[in-house]
Amino acid sequence: MWAFADLPIKRKLTLVIMLTNLTAVLLACAGFAIYEWMAFRRSMVADLTTLADVIGATSTAALAFEDRQAAAEFLAALKTKPHIVAACFYTKDGYFFVGYFRLGGEAECAAEPGPDGSRFEQGYLVLYHPVVEKGSRIGTLYLESDLRAMQARFRLYIWIVGLVLLTSVVGAFLLAEVLQWRISAPVLALANTAKMVSERQDYTVRAAVLARDELGLLAEAFNVMLTQIQERDVALRKMNEELEQRVQERTAELQAANRELEAFSYSVSHDLRSPLRAISGFSRILLEDYAPQLPDEAQQYLHIVDSSGQRMGRLIDDLLTFSRLGRQELTKKPIATADLVRQVLNDLYVEQVGRQVEITLGDLPPCQAAPALRNALKYSRQREVAHIEVGCQENDGERIYFVKDNGVGFDMQYANKLFGVFQRLHRAEEYEGTGVGLAIVQRIVHRHGGRVWAEAAVDHGATFYFTLEGDPPHARGDGRNPAGRR
Amino acid sequence: MPEAMVEILLVEDNPNDVTLTLRTFKRYHFSNRIRVVYDGAEALEFIFGTGAYAGHGFDPTHRVILLDLHLPKVDGLEVLQRIKADPRTRVIPVVVLTSSREQCDVVERYQLGVNGYIIKPVDFEQFTEAMRQLRFRWVLLDPPPILPSTPGA
Repeated sequence: MWAFADLPIKRKLTLVIMLTNLTAVLLACAGFAIYEWMAFRRSMVADLTTLADVIGATSTAALAFEDRQAAAEFLAALKTKPHIVAACFYTKDGYFFVGYFRLGGEAECAAEPGPDGSRFEQGYLVLYHPVVEKGSRIGTLYLESDLRAMQARFRLYIWIVGLVLLTSVVGAFLLAEVLQWRISAPVLALANTAKMVSERQDYTVRAAVLARDELGLLAEAFNVMLTQIQERDVALRKMNEELEQRVQERTAELQAANRELEAFSYSVSHDLRSPLRAISGFSRILLEDYAPQLPDEAQQYLHIVDSSGQRMGRLIDDLLTFSRLGRQELTKKPIATADLVRQVLNDLYVEQVGRQVEITLGDLPPCQAAPALRNALKYSRQREVAHIEVGCQENDGERIYFVKDNGVGFDMQYANKLFGVFQRLHRAEEYEGTGVGLAIVQRIVHRHGGRVWAEAAVDHGATFYFTLEGDPPHARGDGRNPAGRR
Repeated sequence: MPEAMVEILLVEDNPNDVTLTLRTFKRYHFSNRIRVVYDGAEALEFIFGTGAYAGHGFDPTHRVILLDLHLPKVDGLEVLQRIKADPRTRVIPVVVLTSSREQCDVVERYQLGVNGYIIKPVDFEQFTEAMRQLRFRWVLLDPPPILPSTPGA
């Protein structure tokens, strides 16, 4: 039944027709069979009764005069009726008088006659029939008949029913196959049209309206829908084209603007650096050549002039990097993280001449990143610390990289200001950072689709965390806790 | 001895930068002859022996050119191109003076055969490193200042 719903319409119709036909034929046959059966029983009883009448009529004398032998002869005539298995006479007092038993049978007569009438008992038809002479009863005749005739007839009947059923099934099938076409063909045509439309995305196809019945209505409605879709499709395409064009125009504008910006920042940085060189250079010359003639204070001031110039130079560099990052394409490729970190540390180490810096590298699985990541690592470090730890940990299936130091840390209260451009949480003269570094880190990490955040405690160092998009979770996890455990 | 002294041609338009550079040389007792020209046109005339310098033969084996890029009249890049295009002057090592590392990359992309880069200001380390790369070892010797270094022009 469940599979029925998924059969094609053709099959369904055929099946329905055949089933109906089969049921009708079966019912008819059953009706006839039952009627036949009942009629046959009646006729069997009638025959037996007639037989009993005849035998009774002819044997009245024998019974009246209690002529056993004559009676037996009459009964023996029953030989000719092979369906009679037993027959016997009872006297009017109810005693067994004489009996006849078919050869080879095991039947016997009861000692006393049962009630008059016929009954079907245990596969036999039995009849107790009164023998009457001149209106008064002189005895009882017992006849017992087997049911072979009925059984044979019944078997025949079943064969006939079977044949009829078979023929009707075949006939119904053939007829159904032919007739169902009238219904299923239009349905199939519509279904095919629909399939064609959806496969080829061709909305100019229309369904054929073959008749004025519900299927025809369906086909018409279908066509109306198709027309609507077609119109909308055309409108959509037009809109898309317009949008495409607008996008192209906009892109061209943006690209032009970008190029202008690039050129601008390039020339600005170049022009800005020139006077800076003079500031730093000449103040240094003063210090070098005239130190003996200058009081300490003067030397100090000159030193400030020089270092300010240097700082400004670094600021310009950082700003340029920051601005360029926003405009570049990011090409990612897998890199060995540990190597990258070592490279960066080498770069930085050059600046650390004279300072003791201890560096610990944790377990660093390879990651997908662009070369800009180098900068991120470079800047995420605060330059004043003596111990740096770089590592990686798993958390909820995300890979989190961290750079941890034991420097002065910062107050978590101001954590949200950390990544702004030029935001700093320490007084300028204490530490060398330009304030752009973390902004650069944030931009790079965001371009990689990741997040960056920091945790710290004053005087207990800081840890900077970041994630990158697209790193598959690595099977090995450190299971180390972030916050400030050092 | 003496290998001939290498003459350094400094092509730089910014007088402050020139002062700083010359001071560096003086301070570290680089005893080379330094000639300064302040624009690209004059640089070309000097190198090729034309115009105001006509008739001065030049010897490419004794020159190093420190070339700034931002020059009036003829731009530094063009000077560089012309030097490297001419077979007579191609062998002269040219060290480009830039204002930033990025500018080094930009120039390098032109693939003009620059022999070295120094990021301004010209300091001792960068200069000696550049010279070392060019195998001009005698620049680093510190003989007594017999030949005074005369800034040109």
